[in-house]
Amino acid sequence: MNERIRKLREQSLNAVPVISSERAELITEFYKKENGKYSVPVMRAMAFKYILENKELCVNNGELIVGERGPAPKSTPVYPELCVHSENDLDILNNREKIPFKVDADTKRILLQEVLGFWTGRSIRDRIFSEVDDEWKNAYNAGIFTEFMEQRAPGHTVADDKIYHKGMNNIKNDIRESLKLLDSYNDPEAFYKREELKGMLISADAIINYAKRYSSTLYEYALEERNEIRKAELLEMADICTRVPAEPPQNFREALQYYWFIHLGVITELNTWDSFNPGRLDQHLFPFFKRDLDKGTLTKESARELLQSFWIKFNNQPAPPKVGITARESSTYTDFCLINLGGVTAEGENGVNELTYLILDVIQEMRLLQPSSMVQVSKMNPDQFVKRALEIIKTGYGQPSIFNTDAIIEEMLRQGKSLTDARQGGASGCVETGAFGKEAYILTGYFNIPKILEITLNNGFDPVSQMQIGIKSGDPAGFSSFEELFNAFNKQLKYFVNIKIKGSLIIESIYARYMPAPFISLLIDDCISKGRDYNSGGARYNTSYIQGVGLGSVTDSLASLKYNIFDKKRFTVSEMLELLGNNFEDGPKWKQILYATPKYGNDDDYADSIAVKVFDAFFDAVDGRPNARGGQFRINMLPTTCHVYFGSVTGAMPDGRKAYEPLSEGISPVQGMDVKGPTAVIKSASKIDHIKTGGTLLNQKFTPHLLEREEDVDKLVKLIRTYFRLNGHHIQFNVVTADTLKDAKAHPEKYRDLIVRVAGYSDYFVDLCSELQDEIIKRTEHKGV
Amino acid sequence: MSIKGFIFDIKRYSINDGPGIRSTVFLKGCPLNCLWCHNPESRRLKPEKVKSDSYTWSIYSQSCDPGIIGKEVTDLAVIEEVEKDIPFYQESGGGVTFSGGEPLLQEEFLFSMLSLCRQKGIHTVVDTSGYAPFSVIKKIYTVTDIFLYDMKIFNNELHEKYTGVSNNKILENLAGLTAMGNKVIVRIPVIPGVNDTDVNIQEIVDYLKPLNILGINLLPFHNSASSKYSRMNIENKFIGTKSLSGEEMESLRMKFALAGKLVSVGG
Repeated sequence: MNERIRKLREQSLNAVPVISSERAELITEFYKKENGKYSVPVMRAMAFKYILENKELCVNNGELIVGERGPAPKSTPVYPELCVHSENDLDILNNREKIPFKVDADTKRILLQEVLGFWTGRSIRDRIFSEVDDEWKNAYNAGIFTEFMEQRAPGHTVADDKIYHKGMNNIKNDIRESLKLLDSYNDPEAFYKREELKGMLISADAIINYAKRYSSTLYEYALEERNEIRKAELLEMADICTRVPAEPPQNFREALQYYWFIHLGVITELNTWDSFNPGRLDQHLFPFFKRDLDKGTLTKESARELLQSFWIKFNNQPAPPKVGITARESSTYTDFCLINLGGVTAEGENGVNELTYLILDVIQEMRLLQPSSMVQVSKMNPDQFVKRALEIIKTGYGQPSIFNTDAIIEEMLRQGKSLTDARQGGASGCVETGAFGKEAYILTGYFNIPKILEITLNNGFDPVSQMQIGIKSGDPAGFSSFEELFNAFNKQLKYFVNIKIKGSLIIESIYARYMPAPFISLLIDDCISKGRDYNSGGARYNTSYIQGVGLGSVTDSLASLKYNIFDKKRFTVSEMLELLGNNFEDGPKWKQILYATPKYGNDDDYADSIAVKVFDAFFDAVDGRPNARGGQFRINMLPTTCHVYFGSVTGAMPDGRKAYEPLSEGISPVQGMDVKGPTAVIKSASKIDHIKTGGTLLNQKFTPHLLEREEDVDKLVKLIRTYFRLNGHHIQFNVVTADTLKDAKAHPEKYRDLIVRVAGYSDYFVDLCSELQDEIIKRTEHKGV
Repeated sequence: MSIKGFIFDIKRYSINDGPGIRSTVFLKGCPLNCLWCHNPESRRLKPEKVKSDSYTWSIYSQSCDPGIIGKEVTDLAVIEEVEKDIPFYQESGGGVTFSGGEPLLQEEFLFSMLSLCRQKGIHTVVDTSGYAPFSVIKKIYTVTDIFLYDMKIFNNELHEKYTGVSNNKILENLAGLTAMGNKVIVRIPVIPGVNDTDVNIQEIVDYLKPLNILGINLLPFHNSASSKYSRMNIENKFIGTKSLSGEEMESLRMKFALAGKLVSVGG
C-alpha cells in the first residue's frame, strides 16, 4: 500500500472508540422544538435532515472518499430515540475491559442533562419493556432468548445495484410518480402513504444537501491547500460531491463516494442491525471499472487505492455501543458489513471478474476488522477463485468466509423469492441469506435451545433463575422412553417460541408505527411504489429470523440421555439429574459421558439423527408463521458471541458440559468433540436441511501445517466443494494453532493484530472475553494425517 | 461371507497418502522392524495393551477399552466406514488407502476389502513395504489402482540392520510389480544419518531409473511418534534426530529429478 493509505490505515487502527453526543444533541433539540407538529414519518425525515444539516463535517488528511458518521473516525453517535443511556450505562461503556467506548466529561454531562430526561419513557427500548408481558420478560431475563431490536433498529438489508443507475433526483421522481398514483378516493391508507412518501422526499433532499455541504467544505480546503497535487484532489472531490448522490455516478470513483454517502445516511438515520452494506461490490462496480480502464481514466493501481480508502471508511465506524444482555450476545466493534464477492450474475452465469481478484488483493493487504468479507462459491465459479480466497484465509486472518451460492439461491426460492432476485442476493451480517435491495430480513434474537432441554429436565423449572418459567411437561423421572422425553422437550420448545414470537409481533408493530425509516426506504424495493416504510412491510420481501444457538450442545445432551439412560441403561434419569446438580464432580461417569457417548460431528447417525430431529422441531415451531410486516418468521443457525452468554445462564448439561461454560456455536460440533476429522464434521453438518434455513454457520480450525503445500490447498478446495454439493450453506476456517492462541491469551501485548474467526465474523483475539478465548482454543484442531 | 482382520485406525481426510481426499485404513501387523517406525503400535498383529492413565481424544471409541490398540473387524465394517466419504472421493479424485503395518500381511482380508471398494467404484491405494511373497502382490495387483511402495535402503546389510529384514525380496517384487503395469509410486522415507547418504541415494536412483513407475515421493523424517514410543514402552532410538531442512530435501529431490523421474517432497 502507498504512503497515503498506510497513514490513513494507521489513523483508523489507532483511533480509540469514543462516544459522540453530537447526534443525540441534535435530535433531542429537534424533537423538543418540533414534536407533534408533523406525521411520524415526516417528523423522522425532518429530524434526519436536521442532523445532516448541522453535524460537523470531517475530512481526514489525504483521504479520497469523504464522510464520517461522527465528528471523527471511531467517534460514535448514540441513538436516544431507540435506547437512552443512563449514567451507569455510560460508566460501564467507559470502563469495561472489553469493547469500551470512552465517554469524556462533557459528553457525559450533555447526555445526562439534555438527552436522558427527554427520552426516558419515550425511547423504543423503554416502550418495548413496558409493552411486553411478564412471561416474555422472565424468559428474556433467564436467557431463553435475546432481543435484537431492544436497543438497535431493525436493519439487516443490503444495497443492490440501483444506486449505480439512479441518482437521488431520479429516485425523487419515482416518489413523485408514486404520490401521483395515490388513489385518495378509494385507498383508505392513502394518507398514511402520502406522509411516508413525503418523508422519503425530505430524506432524499437531506442526503443531497449533505453531500453539497461536503462539496463546499472541500472547495474551501482546496483554496487553502498549498500542495498542488492535493489541491487538485480536493477540487475533484468537491466536484464529485456536487454530482453524487444527486445524479447517477459516472465512473468508478463516483460510484464509491455515492455508496459511502448512502451508507452514512442509513447509519445516521438509525443504528440498524446489522449495518447496511454494499453487498455484491464486484458485480456492481465492474461495469464502471471496465469502462474507466478502457477509457484510460482509471488504472488498476488507482482503483486499488480507491478501494483501500473505501475499506478504511468502514473500519472507522465501530458498531454503536451496546449495553446489557445485547452487549453480551454481540460483544464486538464489528458492525457486520459483509462484502460479497463472486457468485453468479442475474442470468446465473459465473460472476467472478477481474475486479473480484483486485478486491481480494485489497482484503489481504488491508487486513482490517471491517468491512467483513466473503466469497460466494457457486458451481459456476472456477476453483482458482476459491484458491485465491484460501490463500488469504491461510494467513490466519479468518477472512474471507466461504458461502455456497447455489444453496443460498435455493433457500430464497423456497421462501418464495424470484430467481432473479435470488441470484442477485447473497449473505450478510454473519451468514444471513437475503435478496439484496429487495428484502427487510430482520434478526429478532438468539434462541437458547440447550436451555430448553435444561428446563424440560426440571419440569418447567429453571434451576439457574430459580423460577418456574416453563410449562409442566412432566417429571422426567417418569419418562420410560426417549420419545417421551423428546416430546416434552418439543412442548417446551413450542411454548417458548410462542413467547418469543408474541414479543416480536409487538416490537415490530412498535417500530412500524413509531420508528419509520424513510431514508433506508428509498433504497429498498418496493417501499416507494407501495408507499410503505421499510419498517412496516414496504420491502418486496419481509422476513423475521429467530437464530437457533447450541445445536451441537443440545444434540450431544439428548444423545447422552438416549444412550446412557434408555439404551445402555448406565444410569437412571434421577442419577443423571443428580450428576447435573453436582456439576459432575469429575467422576468416572463424567468421563463415560464425555468420551464414551455418541457425539454430533463424527458422522455417526446415532447423534446426528438427533440433531436433525431438534432442527426439524425448531423449524416446525417457527417457519412460515406470520410476522407483523406481512412476511414470515424463518430460522437460521448462528450465534455471534451469544453461545458464551447463553452458556453463562445454563447449568450443567447431560453431554458433560459443566455449568456456565460456553455452548457450541453455529452448527459446529461441541468444542473438541469432533474427533474424526473435517469430512466427518461436514457429513454430520450436512444432515440437517440447510435449504430450510436462512443461513447456518460452520467453523473449522485447521493448523497451518494442513495447508502448507499447494496440493493441500487444492484438497481443501475439494473439501469445500463437497460440503457445498451436500447443500452446506457456509464454512469458515481459523488457520492458527492452539498454542499460538494460548500464547496470545497469556501475552495479549504481543498479539494485538491477531484476528480470528469467532462465529460469523472475525475479531481481534485480544478483544474477546476470556471465556470466548478459551472456547476458541478448545475447538478441535484438524491436523491431518 | 465376511472376512475378519485386524486394524488399528481409520483416518479420514487423509491428504498425504495418494491422490485427492482419502481415508486411510491402518492394518495391524508388520514383519519389518524399522527403527524409525512412525507407527510402532502397528507391529504386532493382535490388539495390545498400552499405557493409558486417562481417556485421550484420539482413541475415543464407544465400545473399545481405550487402553487397547487395535481391534478385530470385518471387511464389511471397514467398507461401511470408508464409504461414508464417497462424496469427497468423487469430488477430489480420492479414495481409500490401505496402510499399516504391512497390509499384505493380511492378504485375504485386504483382497476382500479392495474388491469391495472396486465394486463400489472407490479408487484404492495400497501402501506397502513390498515384503511379501510375489504371489500375494500379484493377486492384490488385480484389485488395486495404485501402490505406494517403500524403498528404504539399497544396501542389503544396512537394510537388515535398520529394518530387521533383507531387501532382496523387496527389490525383486518391485521389479516384478512394475513389469506388470505402471501403478507404482515409490516412497522413500528420508532418515537423517541412515539413508540420506550419497551412496544410498545414488544406488536407489540407479535402481529406479529403468523402472516403469508413476513417480517418487521423498518423505521427510519427523519425530511426531515419540509419545507413541513412550506409551508403548519401547525405546525410541531416534529421539532428538533432526529433520532435514527444506534445502537439503530439495537437493535430494534434484538427484531423482535428474534421472527423469517425477519426484515430490511429502506424500
